[in-house]
Amino acid sequence: MCLAIPVKVVELRPGEMALVDVGGVRKEISLALVENIEVGDYVVLHVGCALQRLDPQEAEETLRIMAEALLWQEGDA
Amino acid sequence: MKYINEFRDGKLARAIGEAIRREVDPARQYNLMEFCGGHTHAIARYGLPDLLPRNVRMIHGPGCPVCVLPIGRIDNAIAIASLPNVILCSFGDTMRVPASGQSSLQRAKARGADIRMVYSSLDAVSIAQQHPDREVVFFAIGFETTTPTTAVAVKQAEALGLRNFSVFCNHVLTPAALDAILSADQDNAPQVHGVVGPAHVSTVIGSQPYEAFTARYNKPLVIAGFEPLDVLQSVRMLVRQLNEGRAEVENEYTRTVTSAGNRRAQALVADMFELRPSFEWRGLGEVPWSALQFRPRYRGFDAEARFAVEKHAVADAKACECGTILRGLKEPKDCKIFGTVCTPENPVGACMVSSEGACAAYYTYGRFTIPIEQAPS
Repeated sequence: MCLAIPVKVVELRPGEMALVDVGGVRKEISLALVENIEVGDYVVLHVGCALQRLDPQEAEETLRIMAEALLWQEGDA
Repeated sequence: MKYINEFRDGKLARAIGEAIRREVDPARQYNLMEFCGGHTHAIARYGLPDLLPRNVRMIHGPGCPVCVLPIGRIDNAIAIASLPNVILCSFGDTMRVPASGQSSLQRAKARGADIRMVYSSLDAVSIAQQHPDREVVFFAIGFETTTPTTAVAVKQAEALGLRNFSVFCNHVLTPAALDAILSADQDNAPQVHGVVGPAHVSTVIGSQPYEAFTARYNKPLVIAGFEPLDVLQSVRMLVRQLNEGRAEVENEYTRTVTSAGNRRAQALVADMFELRPSFEWRGLGEVPWSALQFRPRYRGFDAEARFAVEKHAVADAKACECGTILRGLKEPKDCKIFGTVCTPENPVGACMVSSEGACAAYYTYGRFTIPIEQAPS
């Protein structure tokens, strides 16, 4: 129920709306809950509303931290 | 899809599982409660227990809004939908939840009630615009993630001057539920050493509200995303905290969760809703200050006031273990009717309805797995 997915903003529309790309499908969503969104940003979409801008640097950082487990494994082998 | 596929990488998942194996203390038990149904679903779907050492056990929490909605509220929704001239709009998840007298929203629809499945509360506003001569009611359920989207819909209806739109509000609060579970007396509280904290609830409320929780119960909480790598990484972070004797709030899901959360969404919700003195949860019973209701200024949008909805409490089916499963005391396989009388096609309890319910997740992904201790070596 609290599921939300990262989608890419492709067009800003009047009335705090935006057109987004959901894995190749275009959909109009509301930006009423977020601020300063630009075309190209990824937002987290939940039941028709963007909940937050996804931070690409933090995503990279999380993946880097996760990958430490991989290095450790390879280093040991 | 970007920012999803990377977090489902199998090789990395096995490496994190291996890292957890090395880090756990074999002499110690790690019982971790994942609060959200989204986590429960990921754990079952990706077979995460198979990657974890035997002394790390995941306990499923109550974070599935469909599952915790009591029968009485579904009965109320059916009663509203059955009134002449009403269109009831509901999320798909709620359609099949069993109500009293073998009913459900889906069955009421089959009997002729005008019940429509919507993807978003904003779709309900559009339906109200298209049918100015009908009363359109949005059956709002969900935790802090979903409440702001209901508020957006009400604001939109207000701006459009729609007088035929109202909301049957069932929005509930995460910290209250966590509190109810962990403060229960020993016989009714699961043995939980740490908590995998909510993903998108935290996107809205931030990580800060959990500080009081870790201090009060002296248990670590790690906010985690809903992808399998997020869940595994949060388990690793919890294991580390427990090994080091720490009980802190940590955030694994930094790509969408900040300390303060989404202030704009919080302000909108605070302006429109106030705490309900008490609300009934399936499994937890009446929990004080655990849900929201409209503030007086927005009463015009409150379906409970408009249709004089009365409080109506109904006991769960006797054989159904949803209540104990939602409190983390039992697992789906401990329920006598799991997979026999109660299946996703013909659910008896709500945990079998939502794909995030523990029973539905087990039924779909784990019903034929062999427990590790019984598997041939």
